[in-house]
Amino acid sequence: MKYRIKFSKYGSIIFIGHLDMMRYFQKAIRRAEIPIAYSTGFSPHQIMSFAAPLGVGLYSNGEYLDIELTQEVSTADMKEALNRTMAEGVEILSVKALPKNAENAMASVAAAGYFIQIRKGHEADLVFGEGFDDFMAQSSIPYEKETKKSRKLLDLKEGIYDYEVKEDGIYLLVNASSSGNIKPGMIMEAYYAYLGRKPSEFDFVVTREETYTKNEDGQFISLDEVGKDI
Amino acid sequence: MRKLALTDEILLKIDKPARYIGGEVNSIMKDRERVDIRFAMCFPDVYEIGMSHLGIQIIYDMLNKFEDVWCERVYSPWMDLDEIMRKEQIPLFALESQDPVKDFDFLGITLQYEMCYTNILQVLDLSGIPFFAKERTWEDAVVIGGGPCVYNPEPVAPFFDLFYIGEGETMYRQLFDLYKTCRKTGKSRKEFLMEAGKLPGIYAPEFYETTYHDDGTIATFYPVIPELPRKIMKEMVRDLSDTYYPEKPVVPFIRVTQDRVVLEIQRGCIRGCRFCQAGQLYRPVRERSLEFLKEYAVKMLKATGHEEISLSSLSSSDFSKLPEFIDYLIEECRKRHVNISLPSLRIDAFSLDVMSKVQDVKKSSLTFAPEAGTQRMRNVINKGLTEEVILNGAKLAFEGGWNKVKLYFMLGLPTETDEDARGIALLANEIAKLYYETVPKEKRNGKVQITASTSFFIPKPFTPFQWAPMCTREQFLDKAHTVKTAVLEQLNKKSIKYNWHEADASVLEGILARGDRKIADVIYMAYKKGCIYDAWGEYYKHDVWMECFEACGLSMDFYTTRERSLDEIFPWDFIDCGVTKEFLKREWQRALREEVTPNCKMACQGCGAARFGTGICYEERS
Ligand code: SF4
Repeated sequence: MKYRIKFSKYGSIIFIGHLDMMRYFQKAIRRAEIPIAYSTGFSPHQIMSFAAPLGVGLYSNGEYLDIELTQEVSTADMKEALNRTMAEGVEILSVKALPKNAENAMASVAAAGYFIQIRKGHEADLVFGEGFDDFMAQSSIPYEKETKKSRKLLDLKEGIYDYEVKEDGIYLLVNASSSGNIKPGMIMEAYYAYLGRKPSEFDFVVTREETYTKNEDGQFISLDEVGKDI
Repeated sequence: MRKLALTDEILLKIDKPARYIGGEVNSIMKDRERVDIRFAMCFPDVYEIGMSHLGIQIIYDMLNKFEDVWCERVYSPWMDLDEIMRKEQIPLFALESQDPVKDFDFLGITLQYEMCYTNILQVLDLSGIPFFAKERTWEDAVVIGGGPCVYNPEPVAPFFDLFYIGEGETMYRQLFDLYKTCRKTGKSRKEFLMEAGKLPGIYAPEFYETTYHDDGTIATFYPVIPELPRKIMKEMVRDLSDTYYPEKPVVPFIRVTQDRVVLEIQRGCIRGCRFCQAGQLYRPVRERSLEFLKEYAVKMLKATGHEEISLSSLSSSDFSKLPEFIDYLIEECRKRHVNISLPSLRIDAFSLDVMSKVQDVKKSSLTFAPEAGTQRMRNVINKGLTEEVILNGAKLAFEGGWNKVKLYFMLGLPTETDEDARGIALLANEIAKLYYETVPKEKRNGKVQITASTSFFIPKPFTPFQWAPMCTREQFLDKAHTVKTAVLEQLNKKSIKYNWHEADASVLEGILARGDRKIADVIYMAYKKGCIYDAWGEYYKHDVWMECFEACGLSMDFYTTRERSLDEIFPWDFIDCGVTKEFLKREWQRALREEVTPNCKMACQGCGAARFGTGICYEERS
């Protein structure tokens, strides 16, 4: 039996990185006494997989992990049991049972929605969002991605599926698949460069609002829409 | 939601921000307005080390069970944050409330090893609490020290208002009640400290004075106020099955050194190895009941979700109910998919059987701690392990499929000769030889891998070796060289790996361990010159320490290489740890005569600890 758990990260827990979040959930699942399946061997591990790693310092309202259980459990009970043992700053938002043929969380990620705000104390002498429409109206948005080994020229525009300039920040819907993942920071860098500026490392507060997969019709649906309550 | 003491920017800049945010599962939040006493419990080293310490977890849990007390945790900020806090003048804060330590009623600092002494000063400095107790006012937290190093508190005495000597479970309630009364009735800080100094186990150092002989040794040590005790008896838990123990230890977000449930099965040790301080300090041995252990094992696993449990004690093989308890644990842990990590057990048929059930034999290694290479030397240190026992254990293990062996030794023991040092290599070679004799070629899983490690022996207070001279740095290194050369002469040298420790830090540890109050100036000066995190090899500045000794006009040899006379008054003699000086003297003389002393289970040696009226001293001997 496969289940998908959706959770949020807010408050001080945003400083806990991806690997530690995995360890955190392993322990939380034991505390909640959820009948999770284990691998065999001398140090058995839980059958668990996360959708998309979230960087340190990012908030989220749409994180996902899949787990496999050895017996059926009511989704509402599991949600309650987990929420009882969460640390401050993590909340279980939904638990869904997945259909047998469901793709695992990581493989099914197609896109993610982000909301980007200016960090307090980092307000520049510009209205955040100013000129963003023009920036997006360009025929392409070149971005040079540097890794330790190589440099790669990307066109960010292909990976930005939607956006909205709001009063208090910018919403972006971007490619988050393993092949074309775009980080919101890359877009902000390109946007600032377009304005002739250079952002500093801590200028933005980023919240991942949701993680999406694609349904058969090619539409984005949130990852937990694949499952159902039981 | 809690407001953090550090800004997001700082937290994103530094390494492992999780060290500073608190909020871990099972950490205790209380309403600051509804408690009378705020206690900051500090382990003066980095979070991952401090969080792994069982004693602190016990005290944290106990103090928070007191309704009028809120105990929070404090650790040394790592170097990166230390620098930022100094530059931006951010006061040191406690993890739970994130409030400045300075505003607390108490700052408790546990002293687990001597090399953390400069970190005490770091904690005081960053907290904004004056370094020296005599400069503090009611505006400052009362600074109280605890842990094994307070059995010789003198080198750090000027930095502390009080020391709690002995096991932490017993005296805090009385101390807090006294504190509350003194505050309510408008007593001065000094009056409070003096009253506290009358409580059992509590030492108020500013009311004690030392005079010295011309040669630097102590002439007299006495309380300047006659009502204070001349001798302070350690505090001790009488019944370990009826006392505080955490049911819900804090679960760190990041991986710490002890990332598991730790269950203390007994306290103390029957063995009486003559180099071992813990073996004397925690006398007599007291076991916890099987019911207690079973109950807590399950409760702690449930409350933490840890995937591993480990048993803690100085010598688990001596725990009388071990087979029964391990059976229970194996069963419980199998159900829960929890690993069992075994403390170093004596290698015999029983322990090998247990190990093969809970570990992957191919990956795990056998650990022996003969501590010395020859039988003569082992007799001197009263380590009962004979070569025959080691070889029998190793043979059984090799037959069971093990092929990795770790051997632990000490170098620089009293009366040690080159032959004793070379004995380490010979013993390692014997074990390797035994492997090739025992395991036929076709069954071998590669070579046998023997790792012999030596640490340098440091004489500690309250051991029979407290009178012994310590080696110089050069002598230590010569000895390591002797072992290394001897290993290379062995037939099986390719199967033996030899590791040894740095010698510089051992010298300082030796000084701090048996130091007197004069050393405090050196510690202060070293801190001022940038020494901190001395326990971390990469930060240890030997040269700076040497300069400071010189500048303070103190000879290092006086504290290390000098042989103490039997009637010398030691800085720690005013503490009564249960074991008498007479007993230790007797043991020192027996050591020099290479005589072994039976352990407490075989025959009582009248060490003095029977005064506590509990434990092994009152058990039937078979
Ligand atoms: S009094 Fe005897 S039995 Fe008790 S700890 Fe001392 S030597 Fe052991």
